[in-house]
Amino acid sequence: MARYTIRVDGRAHNVDADPDMPLLYALRDDLGLNNPHFGCGLSQCGACTVHMDGKAIRSCSTTIKDAAGHDIVTLAGLGTEAKPHPLQKAYMEEQVVQCGYCINGWMMTAAAFLATKKKPTDAEIKEALTGLKCRCGTHAAILRAVKRAADSMA
Amino acid sequence: MNANTEFSRRSMLKSTGAVVVAFSMSGTAEALAQTPAGRPPLVPTELDSWLAIARDGSVTIYFGKIDGGQGTDLAIAQIVADELDVPMKSVSVIQGDTGLTVNQGGASGSTGVRFGGAALRQAGAEARRVLLGRAAEKLGVSADRLTVNDGVVSVVGDATKKISYADIIGGQYFHSQIGWNNQYGNPLALTSPAKPKSPDQYKIVGTSPPRFDVSGKVFGTKPWVSDIRVEGMLHGRMIRPAVPGASVVSVDESSIRDIPGARVLRKGDFIGVVAPREWDAIKASQHLRVTWSQAPDPFPEMAQLYDHIRKAPVTKGDKQEKGQVDAAFARAARIIEANYEWPFQSHASMGPGCAVADVRPDGVTVWTGTQKPHFAAQGVAGCLGVPVEKVRAIWVTGSGSYGRNDAGDVTMDAAVMSQLAGKPVRVQYMRFEGHGWDPKAPASVHRGRAALDAQGNVLAIEFSSKGFSRIETNSTEADPGDTLAGMLLGHKGARTAAFNLPDNAYTFENKRMSWETIAALLPGPSPLRTSHMRDPLGPQITFGSESFIDEVAYAVGADPVEFRLKYLSEARDIAAIKAAAEKAGWKPGRAGTRRTRRGDIVTGRGIAYTQRTNTIVAIVADVEVNERTGAVRVPRVVVAHDCGIVINPEALKRVVEANVVQGLSRTIHEEVRFDKKAVRSVDWLTYPIVDITEAPPVIDVVLLDHKELPPTGAGEASMRPLAAAVGNAIFEATGRRIRRAPLNAENIKQSTV
Repeated sequence: MARYTIRVDGRAHNVDADPDMPLLYALRDDLGLNNPHFGCGLSQCGACTVHMDGKAIRSCSTTIKDAAGHDIVTLAGLGTEAKPHPLQKAYMEEQVVQCGYCINGWMMTAAAFLATKKKPTDAEIKEALTGLKCRCGTHAAILRAVKRAADSMA
Repeated sequence: MNANTEFSRRSMLKSTGAVVVAFSMSGTAEALAQTPAGRPPLVPTELDSWLAIARDGSVTIYFGKIDGGQGTDLAIAQIVADELDVPMKSVSVIQGDTGLTVNQGGASGSTGVRFGGAALRQAGAEARRVLLGRAAEKLGVSADRLTVNDGVVSVVGDATKKISYADIIGGQYFHSQIGWNNQYGNPLALTSPAKPKSPDQYKIVGTSPPRFDVSGKVFGTKPWVSDIRVEGMLHGRMIRPAVPGASVVSVDESSIRDIPGARVLRKGDFIGVVAPREWDAIKASQHLRVTWSQAPDPFPEMAQLYDHIRKAPVTKGDKQEKGQVDAAFARAARIIEANYEWPFQSHASMGPGCAVADVRPDGVTVWTGTQKPHFAAQGVAGCLGVPVEKVRAIWVTGSGSYGRNDAGDVTMDAAVMSQLAGKPVRVQYMRFEGHGWDPKAPASVHRGRAALDAQGNVLAIEFSSKGFSRIETNSTEADPGDTLAGMLLGHKGARTAAFNLPDNAYTFENKRMSWETIAALLPGPSPLRTSHMRDPLGPQITFGSESFIDEVAYAVGADPVEFRLKYLSEARDIAAIKAAAEKAGWKPGRAGTRRTRRGDIVTGRGIAYTQRTNTIVAIVADVEVNERTGAVRVPRVVVAHDCGIVINPEALKRVVEANVVQGLSRTIHEEVRFDKKAVRSVDWLTYPIVDITEAPPVIDVVLLDHKELPPTGAGEASMRPLAAAVGNAIFEATGRRIRRAPLNAENIKQSTV
């Protein structure tokens, strides 16, 4: 057990934890954040995705020790209903989700991608989002939303 | 009874959502039993059980089913808003809370709108009738001179005479009775003197207002069940045997003594761990040393699965026959026969099951993602040995809802753990349980036979299925023996044997359709127990039956679309097939002759059609097959969809799109892998599903709206014919008939026909 300082959505928090505890449990259980979800714990689905220093990472497989001292952004830090991120706005307009459990991963991954890539092609968007799972099968709506967001950010 | 008593359900809603902790601290089922003075009992015959109008005029609907993300609750709201003449913005829906809603059967069989909507439609119409009666009294005119606009009742021809619903009843109970058919669950129907509107009067039904749940999900402001936190709650994880069927011989609790607060909870073969911190519970579940008994190998080799099904004794069967089938086969000039096989498939929900249970001496509360919370409450009561009135199940959206998935099991695990621990417990499964221990969609084999005359006319068709029951584990958790925990604790469950027949309207003069079930490979708490998964048995049976129709079309040299139309007579079936073919740009021709080639890539187009509870779907799929690798790509799918009257076309299109993608995943990838000792497909690498590069880039949905018909259900039907359409397209492209699902490279390359 050791004390780690993690910066999440712009605020610093101290967490006492085993060094090998995944960041996901610090975010969910110590900070009480809901948006990163446990999907697989194996880096296979993306439901737990957050940004670390602007890059999309899987918080189920990143230890608190490795996350300490870095800037973490969760979906709550991406945007709000009053000030939505263009992706969130596009997801609303496209009415994307079904169960929505995966959506955190798709939005956080796409947000990191669109921050570095302007006017991506369909193929580039798909390439960036492979490895994410959506069991309900909303992929067509997801693609429409990411394209819509990309257009609005161009 | 005081009719002016303020109702408090809306405030109770607020406490069951985002601020759930506050609710749970205020008490559990017992608090609910202490109903506010004047609140009518929650029974179907009270209009107050179905809807309420607040002081601001807003309408709350109490829906005894749930929406897993397809927009069922939205459709219900549209229907009720139209009946009441109130704007959509003032309507909200409470669903799946056993303390606030009547048991309408939960999510089940695409009945949300078909049955659930019909009941609420009548409740809405009755509420309007009652409100107009009271308005007539207050305005001093007869009710037939009144009209309603946006929740304001006014006198026709004298708009100055008006009164709002809010002023008539806002914040008070109706205390008015409504009739019902004395059947809880899916069939629950309401009756009253009120006449619901005719479709030409609809203003909101048929339009596409946005869903209620998207915002909360996109901004992460509404909880999933896994986000429910209760004060003092422990985190639990289950311990599963390496070989299903093994019993606990001994537990070495010292193996987790270094983990803070970790404890073993055990009752017979029910064994789990709890700890105050989630990560500690996970570690404890991984470190706990359990000695298991030597169990016999529970399963055959996977390669033997279909042989096993064919040879296994029949537990039950059913048959439907028309005409003189045997005589027709006896005089046939030619007989076509083919066999099809479909593997076990997993719900593989996006997040493994999660539930929170708070078992207290004065009552039990469970927060559950199960599709059928009312039945789950009954099961929890039975398993814990408490009266059902003391159990409140609160449905909170879960991580995927396609039937009887692991949400039903984890609810019971959490309840048992909470009872053993004497504290609230949140249990979340690990990924290997989500894939490895959920009830599976049944594996099955199917056989088609057709008798043809010398001219290629069909004299008779025979189609038979044999497989595991679709409800070996019941689709509800009302009997604890239909959950893993209940089985481990000795409950038996109903163990019903049931399968289905193909659902279509082919007019073959002589027709025999039949099914047979076989026993589970391992009775009891088995990872290969079988239950309902989106469109139970629909993909399996229709893969066989509609592939076979194509085979017969090919055998007689017919165009697959023309061949189907030749043997259909009902206008809606014909219209659906024509609509799909037209939208797809179907070019008529003899089956198997229209492939194109570009290098290693061959392309083809296939069609399949089905009914499902009077919903009609025709799908045309385009495929590209790499002949060298066997890889399949589906660039376009066209769906013609007739589910009677369309409530919300945009939401329906998305439902159909998602069914196409999930259906494609099941068609080309999904297969539960196992060996003699255990299930081996336990994550997304060993149980792949489609990703965004594989989802069809074009999905065209043609909605055939029939305003004159009732809604016939849309949640599952479009899942049903997809596999056959893809298989038929693969045949068109390659000349190879793939009769074993999944239609992946391995099975395509192994196919010799």
